[in-house]
Amino acid sequence: MKNFSWKLVLVFVVIVAAIIYILPSLKPAFWPHKQINLGLDLQGGMHLVLEVDTEKALESTVERISQEIREQLKKERIRNVAIDRVEGIKISARIKKEGSIEKFRALLDDEFRDLRELSDRKVDGVQTIMMDIPDSDRDQIEKLAVDQALETIRNRIDQFGVSEPDIRRQGENRILIQLPGIKDTQRAKDLIGKTALLEFKLVDDTQSLDSALNGNLPPGREILYQIDEDPQTQRTSKTPFLLKKRTLLTGAYLTDARVQIDSQFNEPYVSINFDKKGARIFERITGDNVQKRLAIVLDNSVYSAPVIQEKIAGGQARITGRFTTEEARDLAIVLRAGALPAPVNILEERTVGPSLGADSIRKGLISMCIGGLLVIIFMVIYYKTAGLIADVALLLNILLIGAGLAGFQATLTLPGIAGIILTIGMAVDANVIIFERIREEMALGRTPRAAIDAGYKRATLTILDANVTTLIAALVLFQFGTGPVKGFAVTLSLGVIASLFTSLVLSRMIFDYILMNRKVKTLSI
Amino acid sequence: MQFVKPDVNINFIGKRKIAYIVSAVMITISIGSLILHGGPRLGIDFQGGTLIQVKFLTPVKIDAIKTGLQDIDLAKSSVQEFGDMEANEYLIRTDSSVMTSEGFTTDVQKALAFSTGGEVEIRRVEMVGPQVGQDLREKALFAMFYALLFITIYISGRFEFKWMVSGIMAAALIGAVYVLTLLNVSIPWLIVGALIVTLVLFWFLELKYAMGAIVALVHDVTITVGIFSIFDKEFTLAIIAALLTIIGYSLNDTIIVFDRIRENLRKYHKKPLEVILNRSVNETLSRTLLTSLTTLFVVVTLFVLGGGIIHDFAFALIIGVVVGTYSSIFVASPILLAWQGRQKKK
Repeated sequence: MKNFSWKLVLVFVVIVAAIIYILPSLKPAFWPHKQINLGLDLQGGMHLVLEVDTEKALESTVERISQEIREQLKKERIRNVAIDRVEGIKISARIKKEGSIEKFRALLDDEFRDLRELSDRKVDGVQTIMMDIPDSDRDQIEKLAVDQALETIRNRIDQFGVSEPDIRRQGENRILIQLPGIKDTQRAKDLIGKTALLEFKLVDDTQSLDSALNGNLPPGREILYQIDEDPQTQRTSKTPFLLKKRTLLTGAYLTDARVQIDSQFNEPYVSINFDKKGARIFERITGDNVQKRLAIVLDNSVYSAPVIQEKIAGGQARITGRFTTEEARDLAIVLRAGALPAPVNILEERTVGPSLGADSIRKGLISMCIGGLLVIIFMVIYYKTAGLIADVALLLNILLIGAGLAGFQATLTLPGIAGIILTIGMAVDANVIIFERIREEMALGRTPRAAIDAGYKRATLTILDANVTTLIAALVLFQFGTGPVKGFAVTLSLGVIASLFTSLVLSRMIFDYILMNRKVKTLSI
Repeated sequence: MQFVKPDVNINFIGKRKIAYIVSAVMITISIGSLILHGGPRLGIDFQGGTLIQVKFLTPVKIDAIKTGLQDIDLAKSSVQEFGDMEANEYLIRTDSSVMTSEGFTTDVQKALAFSTGGEVEIRRVEMVGPQVGQDLREKALFAMFYALLFITIYISGRFEFKWMVSGIMAAALIGAVYVLTLLNVSIPWLIVGALIVTLVLFWFLELKYAMGAIVALVHDVTITVGIFSIFDKEFTLAIIAALLTIIGYSLNDTIIVFDRIRENLRKYHKKPLEVILNRSVNETLSRTLLTSLTTLFVVVTLFVLGGGIIHDFAFALIIGVVVGTYSSIFVASPILLAWQGRQKKK
């Protein structure tokens, strides 16, 4: 009897806890406010895996350092030293004058001590020193690039307005993004993947654009294009610009970017604000280059190249172009959130439309109901009252799985629903083992009570054994599976544990209760 | 109600030669089909590529779809029907990971709407780059390998009560795998190698039950993969999940029978092994059949009603359950008999 009452309490507590945990999924207002999470394949949404091109991050850092060296050389008036970025991430310094070598080395020691010297050779009177960044610094830069990318993307998605986005790091240089319920996937992808490097460069009107296009590119100059799409014909045209390579100002100095409507043309444009330092630089650039054209370059495409009418103080500027309001808004978002430190590549994308998600849920639930019904009816026909007990255990099983999902905040996916349905079929197994044993014992002539005792005793070890192997398979799947498959592993594991509980504790308890104070001669099994 | 009478006594062990032949034939067909098709047909999860599931509101011809795809440079893609007939859903599959380009999905939608003259809805798009495809391949194989490892340890310990031996087993297995990885063996061969090492160790360490279980397992998985290959179905992550489930399930079955064998060995130790094995299988027959039946109830329901994505998954499970039941009755126990032959020779 004592045994019975503590079991009763245990079962009661478990059932009540299960109900409490399931309720929020049915009526969100209830405590503990933990609903069952639906996977992307059930609620629709986008799953992206991005890879940060850390190699490019290194390259731009090296480029920046080369630029700094050049500026320092100019400041110290050390001449005849040519600095170039070679082989991606190496810096070569070619010194033509003997006298400059000493001064250059002194400069390196003073300001650029972290650079690692690779080689130092003299060929044809030219001293060539090759340098690069040491490995530890390299790792740091790469890690920083990924961190920054993560932050920037998070900022952008925040402004985009998706509910419950999931953005996290995966491995060394990958970023996993999940956007549930998103409808405009193309726009989201563009927003996330845009490097958004804003640069201001001067247009070189003094040299011939045509000769440059034919291959005669003067030193320190580059050709970038402005891409226009005609909204009616949908044809794109590319207009070339000859620019001075040197970046005068970047988007890093922006404090704000907003969409405004031009009252004259009724067209949207993006108004940007620079910080104090940026404003000063901007003032200087515009003051030095009146009547020249300043190209606004975004991701190596020229957005516009207006003529500088006068010196602009105050650090405000406009970016115009033939935008739609949406394009302007997205541009403002990426400018505000900042540029990605390196380009990102999409490695994996899975997008499920919302209609498919709803269909999947519906099909899953119908399968569960019909499959479950078949099993329940069969059990009653085959094992009569005992079958009914098994059915009660089964229903409790499903309740426990649902509560487990909600309680652990695990995600329910379509394979996960399949897992629940599978559990229905397999959970019955435990009961079948016990009932077959009981039938055997009764056939041997034992009383119902003794038969039940013997049946449970003999069967328990077998049931544990059998379920452990399924559990091992489920746990391995959980460890190595991704996304929807992981959901399957979760429901399978929960199902196995739940069925162990219901078949060994709950149904035993119900049997005990039935036999408790009566002298039962036969058992309906 | 009872399907199997309590005093049933079918001579399963006596019929084992027939069973061996049937199994051998099925395994040969499976391996043959795999070789013929050049290995299992890998889905984009493992091979990389792009998959688009489109739904038309009115019936369309596949040719119209192909024309539309040609217009946007996707001529090298395969198109096949998906799901129910009335759903008008098709699966477009291409080997290249093209989705990274801007506006891809809108391009596809426009092109198809134009070429078929109907409304198109893009239900699902999946793109897996080659790097991720390879990662997932490795993960899947590692999953199978670790499952095998843990199950081997568990069976050795649980059945033979020789936990020490099973520990040695595990160490030897891990050691062998390590050596194989040093030799830069590719992962599928790694698994085969691990299996061979396992079976050899079982033979030498006389872990008969474990061997019987693993042989039944390998039998089940091979045939399931083979039948999948015969029907030219794709291997996706979900199918790997199904395979692991089948492993767990088949082992379930086998353990139940082995438990009974051990119990009966104690009870009737005077009787010949054949009789004991037969009796054990017969005694557990009812339970084995019933569990398979209830599991089939739900899996067939999934197969019919679950929708396109779950369809193949359920198919694999159906094969697995049927073959698993067969192997528990006809394959696992007779192997124990083979042991007896060996022991008599001693």
